[in-house]
Amino acid sequence: MPFRLEIVTPEKRAYADDVDFATLPGSEGELGILPHHAPLISILGAGELRVRKGGVEESFAIIGGFVQVLPDKVVVMAETADLASEIDLERAQQARAAAERVLEAGIMEPVDLAQARAELQAAVVRIRVAERRHREGPHRRG
Amino acid sequence: MASQRDIRRRIGAVRNIKQITRAMQFVAASKLRRAQDATLAARPYAEKLDEVLADLAAVLGDEHHPLLARPVGGTRLLVVITTDRGLAGPLNTNTIRFALTEAAEFEGRLTVVTVGRKGRDAIRRTGIPIAAHFNGFGDKPSFADVTPLARLVSDDFLSGTYGQIDLVYPRFVSTLVQRPTAEPLLPIRTVPDAPRVLGNQFIFEPDPATVLQQLLPRYVATRVFQAILETTASEMSSKMVAMKSATENAEELIDDLTLSYNKVRQANITREMIEIASGARAGR
Repeated sequence: MPFRLEIVTPEKRAYADDVDFATLPGSEGELGILPHHAPLISILGAGELRVRKGGVEESFAIIGGFVQVLPDKVVVMAETADLASEIDLERAQQARAAAERVLEAGIMEPVDLAQARAELQAAVVRIRVAERRHREGPHRRG
Repeated sequence: MASQRDIRRRIGAVRNIKQITRAMQFVAASKLRRAQDATLAARPYAEKLDEVLADLAAVLGDEHHPLLARPVGGTRLLVVITTDRGLAGPLNTNTIRFALTEAAEFEGRLTVVTVGRKGRDAIRRTGIPIAAHFNGFGDKPSFADVTPLARLVSDDFLSGTYGQIDLVYPRFVSTLVQRPTAEPLLPIRTVPDAPRVLGNQFIFEPDPATVLQQLLPRYVATRVFQAILETTASEMSSKMVAMKSATENAEELIDDLTLSYNKVRQANITREMIEIASGARAGR
């Protein structure tokens, strides 16, 4: 029995569909959600969110957020959520290089440091998700 | 009376202005549509955060986080959101006037953070201290742009610099109505979640206090982001209406000028005819 999964970000509703299974990057490790999961509110880390629907698997790079598991649906609130196939790998790599340069330059305000770290982390997650997607292609499972 | 040539030149000038205001009207209309879409698209996330916050409040109670603490007096901070560019009708004037009446109540115990050039310029003249200024976020504000502002005000609230922080911005009511509004931002007042008391049934990972700690800064950023999106929608609709009436005024002016042009032309023709006629009679 599928359940409803929604991914919302501050800028848009990134995904809303009935899915069979979802894996989320929980702050304490991977979080697998099947139908009839107990009500849960958890912090999410930056990482990969995978959904399986009718044997087709899709994945998102998500950064910073929460998940709320309700009896009838699962809602992911993330700061950003990019569909793996839509990630611009080249741009993510440039972003990673830029963030690394900033961090290597050293001396900076704590606020800028946090910003640079966040950008680096975002770029790394996007690259990881996009590359995995690239290697494996759109997934199909029995 | 102006000569025929002068009037013709003025008609040409007004016609050019009309073309420009008309183009601006259409640009604003299409940007307005985009701004409205963005405001709508941002809503589900904000509603969801409200819901989770209410769930947390059900198990935690208000005293668990300093951002939720009740106001203890002290300096009030107004975050005044205006636009960077003018030609938007009375929008910025109204917003600034509203902010200043709000400010009057707190004379001497008030600081302002401005978003948008227009607000900064006006408030600087009043002598009210401006703690920080952010340039407007363009026609397509992004959430990432807003987070530094949200972090700044949250940090200042936590350090006790301010006892109360409010947002002042032109709320988008309709294309014709934008109403300046003051909205409390911090401390956060949670809305009781009466119909759906699920709060205490949730498992919280890792625990409710940590979730709350992660959630509140995002909640603040989301509120600021929404206010900025509304400001953009208000700016575009106000600009559209202002440019529409400018275009209509230009049309009216062209009509008036055409009328005087014709009068002058007619007078000139009549004068020439009289001259010819009297010349002919004198020659006879």
